[in-house]
Amino acid sequence: MKANYGYMDGSGDYFITIDTDKCVECETRACVAACPANLFVIEEDDWDDLVALIAQDKRKSVKYDCAPCKPVTDRPPLPCMAECPFDAIEHSW
Amino acid sequence: MAKEYWRWKEYNWRDEKRDWRDGKVITGGVDVGSVSSQAVIMVDGEIYAFSNMRTGSNSPDSAVNAMNWALEETGISMDDFDFIVGTGYGRVNVPYADKAITEIACHARGGNYMYGPTVRTILDMGGQDCKAILCDERGKVTNFLMNDKCAAGTGRGMEVFADLLNVSIEEVGDLSLDVEEEPPPVSSTCVVFAKSEASQLLRDGWSRSRVLAAYCSAMAHRVFSLLERVGVQKDFAITGGIAKNTGVVSRLEKELGLTALQPRHDTQIAGALGAALFATTLVEKGKGRKKSQTAVTG
Ligand code: SF4
Ligand code: SF4
Repeated sequence: MKANYGYMDGSGDYFITIDTDKCVECETRACVAACPANLFVIEEDDWDDLVALIAQDKRKSVKYDCAPCKPVTDRPPLPCMAECPFDAIEHSW
Repeated sequence: MAKEYWRWKEYNWRDEKRDWRDGKVITGGVDVGSVSSQAVIMVDGEIYAFSNMRTGSNSPDSAVNAMNWALEETGISMDDFDFIVGTGYGRVNVPYADKAITEIACHARGGNYMYGPTVRTILDMGGQDCKAILCDERGKVTNFLMNDKCAAGTGRGMEVFADLLNVSIEEVGDLSLDVEEEPPPVSSTCVVFAKSEASQLLRDGWSRSRVLAAYCSAMAHRVFSLLERVGVQKDFAITGGIAKNTGVVSRLEKELGLTALQPRHDTQIAGALGAALFATTLVEKGKGRKKSQTAVTG
């Protein structure tokens, strides 16, 4: 399942997409440790699989929480995407 | 007391042609949303009774009230249930539920039952959020997106406009279509700003129909963007209270170039219905309260 967490407002679309089918195979859960803003948590989904999701209290602030990882110029690889062994994470902005 | 134009019809329903005592498996689903709450009672996987009411000041009481109203005059007691699933924003606060399941999964499952297995895209326009869900032929979610950042594009936003224009919420959609020419949509995406923009349009001499057309159009465009992000696939269906608003639905259909499927049940019960269907499946898997229960098929 592709789960899109975030929001759209007057300024744009701010979604982090996690392909949770890939998380089922993942042993490292590296996204959790990689994210300096502690956005990722591992929880059981509705089908009893342990998958990554964006913490409930962070879903309306991803634009601001991710800002330090996304400088306007010379953006380095995002830590969450770089560390995920299954390329399960995408950012819309 | 001033008329509350936003107030939609609260009601309960039961299938008077059937006797639940003939059934084997009694399951329940309750959806406690931020604006409305629904309870659905299923007998052997078919809807037997439901209620649809406004959410009160706290989730546990709303869950109890919704279920009590669905049970009214059925003769079913809480002890008769084999399993109950709670969903919605208040799902973890349903005191009598055996399990909580997200509203995304429940809307997909309920939409699959309500619209049939060909439905692939479900747009749920709820009280305070909007969800775009893609699902497979069994109603399992394959992709979802939820926007609950603000009330624009939601039932609450529409209620605010109904009150502002003194138009009953049930008439908003039809009245918005009573315009000779489609006006430009209101430009504000935030409901607070959209409300002040609408007030200004009224002062400028716009008719109520025209203002509603501009708002419904903005709302349709907003959810269209949401749907575009997940990628709409046929068949397409809408759940939630706004599915009853012809003004938003017809404008959205036009923008999508698709016609939404016609529901078999009240679109507001989709979440609770999905929860009750999950409960039925869990009983089939032997996880029901009465472990000796014979599994129901179908
Ligand atoms: S590291 Fe990637 S695959 Fe592993 S749990 Fe996190 S998002 Fe899922
Ligand atoms: S971009 Fe940075 S803050 Fe945002 S999710 Fe990835 S690691 Fe976390």
